[in-house]
Amino acid sequence: MHIMEGFLPAGHALAWTCISAPFVVAGGRSLRRTRAEKPEARLPIAAAAGFTFVLSALKLPSVTGSCSHPTGTGLGAIQFGPGLMAVIGTIVLLFQALLLAHGGLSTMGANVFSMAIAGPWVAYGVWNLARKLGASAAIAVFLAAFLGDLATYCVTSLQLALAFPDAQSGFAGAYAKFAGIFAVTQLPLAAAEGLVTVVVMNALGQLQPRLKGAEA
Amino acid sequence: MSARTNSLLLGLAALIIAAPLILDPKAEFGGTDDAASAVVTATNPGYEKWTGPLWQPAKEMEGLLFALQAAFGAGLLGYVIGRRHGRDGK
Repeated sequence: MHIMEGFLPAGHALAWTCISAPFVVAGGRSLRRTRAEKPEARLPIAAAAGFTFVLSALKLPSVTGSCSHPTGTGLGAIQFGPGLMAVIGTIVLLFQALLLAHGGLSTMGANVFSMAIAGPWVAYGVWNLARKLGASAAIAVFLAAFLGDLATYCVTSLQLALAFPDAQSGFAGAYAKFAGIFAVTQLPLAAAEGLVTVVVMNALGQLQPRLKGAEA
Repeated sequence: MSARTNSLLLGLAALIIAAPLILDPKAEFGGTDDAASAVVTATNPGYEKWTGPLWQPAKEMEGLLFALQAAFGAGLLGYVIGRRHGRDGK
């Protein structure tokens, strides 16, 4: 999901930065509030950050013969709402852009939007919806992490298609092309992330019936 | 969820990741990020990259930094899970 440094026209890069910035600022505020009001949340927040650090470092092989990495943002979004993940995801992306030449500063806004905002919001929405529809916590966690991961890669495809529409088939053709690279490769990886997220939620003691659902 | 269910889910996840290596061991497994960049370059010959990375780690150093990122994350996660289980065990 990393759009590489310089691979978005300056206007697009700036626009995505302006869209993402308020989410990250609001996420920082909500993180500070959560830490002040619920000191006992510090450890689970650290676990959510750790999970994102591990999963987004793992480039895994997929059936398409390419490899890609999961995002790990679903776990924290389910427990603490998507705001927290905007902050954690940005930290991970900054580390990768500055030290690994993976992603970039000019494309930071776009990458933050796909991995740290869109993915967590989808995961959070799917989690709440699945619980309302009566799914068990384990099933809801799986669906949230799976679809959140996939959403990140669909948004990356959208961002690239907006910036580089196909000469003949326009935006739709370009979207199909980029989604063919990103989203198809991601399907099995997102399923694996969903399964691992369920196991980690369980290990963190968050799958017990007392769990009432995440608070924003 | 029982320990058995956990192992089953982790095993299934491992199988999903290992399957491509078994089905097509000769595949290149190149990164999708680079594939997308290549498509942009190929279909938009007029586009000029207007900025580049500040610095680029050597191949082996890149592996080191990715491993550090994963190790840091795994350490954090393991610490929290371990603390919880230690507390519950008392």
